Amino acid sequence: MSTRDTRPGSAGGADVPGPLHGGPDDEYTPEQLATLSREDLDRLGARYDGVEILHVDPGPEPGSPVEKRAVRQVGWSFTIAGLASLAFVVIYVGSGWFLPDWHWEIDDHGWSALFTPLLGALMGLALIMVGVGLVLYTKNLLPHETAVQDKHDASYFDRVTAAATLVGGLEKSGLKRRKLITRSLAFMGGGLGLMLIMPLGGLIKNPNKGNPLGTTPWGEGVRLVRDDGTPIRPGDQQPGSLETVFPAVPGGNSVHHADAATMLIRLRPEQLEADRPRPGQEDFGYGDYVAYSKICTHAGCPVSLYEQETSRILCPCHQSQFDVTQGAKPVFGPATRALPQLPITVDDEGFFVARSDYIEAVGPTYWNRERI
Amino acid sequence: MARTATAPGAPTSKLGKVALELDDRLIVAGPLRRTLNKVFPDHWSFLLGEIALYSFIVLLLSGTYLTFFFDASMREVVYDGSYAPLRGVKMSAAYDSTLGLSFDVRGGLFMRQLHHWAALLFVASIVVHLLRIFFTGAFRRPRETNWIIGVVMLVLALLMGVTGYSLPDDLLSGTGLRIISAILLSVPVIGTWAHFAVFNGDYVGEQIIGRFYIVHVLLLPAILLALIAVHLLILVKQKHTQFPGPGRTEHNVVGNRLFPTFAGKATGLLLVVFGVCAALGGLVQINPVWLWGPYNPAQVSAASQPDWYIGFLDGSTRIFPAWDLNLPGDYTIPALFWPTVVVAGAMFTVLALYPMIERKLTGDTASHHLLQRPRDVPVRTSLGAMGLTFYLWLMAAGGNDVIADKFDISLNAMTWVGRIGVVILPPIVYVITYRICLGLQKHDREVLEHGIETGVIRRLPHGEFIEVHQPLGPVDEHGHGTLAYGGAPVPKRMNQVGGARRAVRGFFRPIEEPAQVELEERHDQHGLAAAEADRELTSAGRPSEGGRPQEPRH
Repeated sequence: MSTRDTRPGSAGGADVPGPLHGGPDDEYTPEQLATLSREDLDRLGARYDGVEILHVDPGPEPGSPVEKRAVRQVGWSFTIAGLASLAFVVIYVGSGWFLPDWHWEIDDHGWSALFTPLLGALMGLALIMVGVGLVLYTKNLLPHETAVQDKHDASYFDRVTAAATLVGGLEKSGLKRRKLITRSLAFMGGGLGLMLIMPLGGLIKNPNKGNPLGTTPWGEGVRLVRDDGTPIRPGDQQPGSLETVFPAVPGGNSVHHADAATMLIRLRPEQLEADRPRPGQEDFGYGDYVAYSKICTHAGCPVSLYEQETSRILCPCHQSQFDVTQGAKPVFGPATRALPQLPITVDDEGFFVARSDYIEAVGPTYWNRERI
Repeated sequence: MARTATAPGAPTSKLGKVALELDDRLIVAGPLRRTLNKVFPDHWSFLLGEIALYSFIVLLLSGTYLTFFFDASMREVVYDGSYAPLRGVKMSAAYDSTLGLSFDVRGGLFMRQLHHWAALLFVASIVVHLLRIFFTGAFRRPRETNWIIGVVMLVLALLMGVTGYSLPDDLLSGTGLRIISAILLSVPVIGTWAHFAVFNGDYVGEQIIGRFYIVHVLLLPAILLALIAVHLLILVKQKHTQFPGPGRTEHNVVGNRLFPTFAGKATGLLLVVFGVCAALGGLVQINPVWLWGPYNPAQVSAASQPDWYIGFLDGSTRIFPAWDLNLPGDYTIPALFWPTVVVAGAMFTVLALYPMIERKLTGDTASHHLLQRPRDVPVRTSLGAMGLTFYLWLMAAGGNDVIADKFDISLNAMTWVGRIGVVILPPIVYVITYRICLGLQKHDREVLEHGIETGVIRRLPHGEFIEVHQPLGPVDEHGHGTLAYGGAPVPKRMNQVGGARRAVRGFFRPIEEPAQVELEERHDQHGLAAAEADRELTSAGRPSEGGRPQEPRH
């Protein structure tokens, strides 16, 4: 490397580190460093990083029984890990080839039921043994040293100089004086931010348009059908029984009409006697039949557990309980509203049909439920 | 600047030459040395956060594998796979592909279960890590930022869990989704709008699985990864806290250097965490979705419970009274809003702001790098115990139907037990914890003043019986110890001050000479003689830990 480069375009000066380069390279020549042992170099470097090595426990003596035992333990750990890994590979590749097939069969309690547990046991064993070996190695064979590293407080010098550079730079930009630029910048920033989040508007849908939360596919003349699509006659059910019914519309029992599920309950004579429907809904039942929404008014779970001795319906999610002889009003638990009742009757062919949709929104309560 | 082949220290080995070439280009030797020399304090409880980090790595790896087979679509298909009981059943493509993953992908069930177990471990280790930070005061200035980042990551981990276990679209997760929908609807004013934005309309539609999927596999992991990076960078910059001990001050870190000791242990722990997840994933069945069946809005199974970390919200929802708030103008705030949005929001807000609250209450604005023993800060410890009781009680209430069933108790009685307990238990636990802390503090002082109870009873000439106490250090003219409490554990048993010799190693037969052990003890100044020579014995640590770190003795 020449010290003076006079070709056109070159800086022309001596291309050597400037006076600010400095650092440990100036304090220690390669020759000086060459005289130091590796351990001394280690400690020297550590000291530059603010680390002092206080105490070194060299670990077991080479050739001692303690060392031999520790080496054996580590060696065995790694060997077991290797064996388990290979066994994993053999079982993974071999089943269905030279080992029995791994596919699960419902009545099979042999090989296919063991495939997944074996994979887990072997991979777990392999990985845990590598970990155990490593920990044993660091604990029993590596020298234990106690090192202390300095923790520096914030530097006043750094603060002052950094602040000078930062504030100086801002000062030079003149933004403080050039009000038009700062104001237009703020204006632009606001506009840009708004513009960039605007496409999220695609997610927004009006929940009040057409009252989707308050309506279901039920309506005048819609038949009550079972989940297999068959309609129901008044004589089909035993007194005291409950059947889940759906509206006889396409997708009536699907995720598209998740709020439509309804319970058709045939009351026993004594229940019928005790029946106190909600005011204005006295004629919603048909004979000894009543139909209530299956969707809990609390959190929307299907209320499923009907205890006919007590006339109670229990929601298994949060244990709200509704009394079917009192207009399905909540009698215990966190639910606050009665299950909506579906007005039913029987059509010309003798099958159950709805007289209209539910007269209120089914499912969980929401902010403006009472308003629509 | 010229370098010759004979320059001192020039590498001769092949590896050395490669390293030289690398350093010529990248100039990394300095930063590398600084990294290798970084000192980490050594304590088992400092590994809890590492477990969270490692289970996150396991989650990323296993989760990526699962995406090769999972179809996040709610399109209706008819099952035609290996699992005979569900053949011919209509279900969503998501559930169908989860079944395929479990039954028709070689090792797929293993990976799915591994992923689920790693997720449970991930949240659990975050919670335990958080408790460690809380009870030792590690969140104090200057670490408030990292505390807040940690709380945010905990919330994100919960969201990861919820969006993750909703994906298979089985009956259980669908029920969970239904409750999420109801919670969204319960938010005043914006609830229905938020619901329609998330679900693309009324519950349930065809979008939600696909949306949860992208949130679960891209958005949340990316945010978590970024936060983990910041969390670790701040940790490295601020250096780790340490428990008080000899030579440990607010201005240093005493422990092991990164290489090789810390790196060895950390790698070992990573592999053990991975191994435990793998073993659980293969050996312990979790979330057998084929038993729940495909989601149907009209069906539910009894004892529907979320994963454990959401259990506290399920519990609060179960025991909250039926209190709808009817506002003028026919507006309603549903009862569901309070135990879910408000309880969770309040809990995590208070948790995130706790460092600032404590700073305000105690007026302690100094920087702290030495940890505290929980007993030394009774108010914080009792507040923590109180909060933990509240949380665990809610979690237990989330299983009140199972408890009622298994122990044959009335379900309604269990609900009332939950309601009453959540109000009266936390204050009781506060008082008890406070007393325990004071008792432990007092006992530390007592041992420092009077010494360790030796169990040796002596009869004095005049007939009085006394127990002989072993002082921990020099005593004054009244026989009282002169040591001051330094925030470190005080030895309470004779063995901890070398009352007994170290056992000779070896299982079937001794592998070291008893005389050698004796010599070593004397050399390391363990045992009673060393203890007596020690002025600050309380801060000398327990000799069972090798007394490390020690101040140099001369």
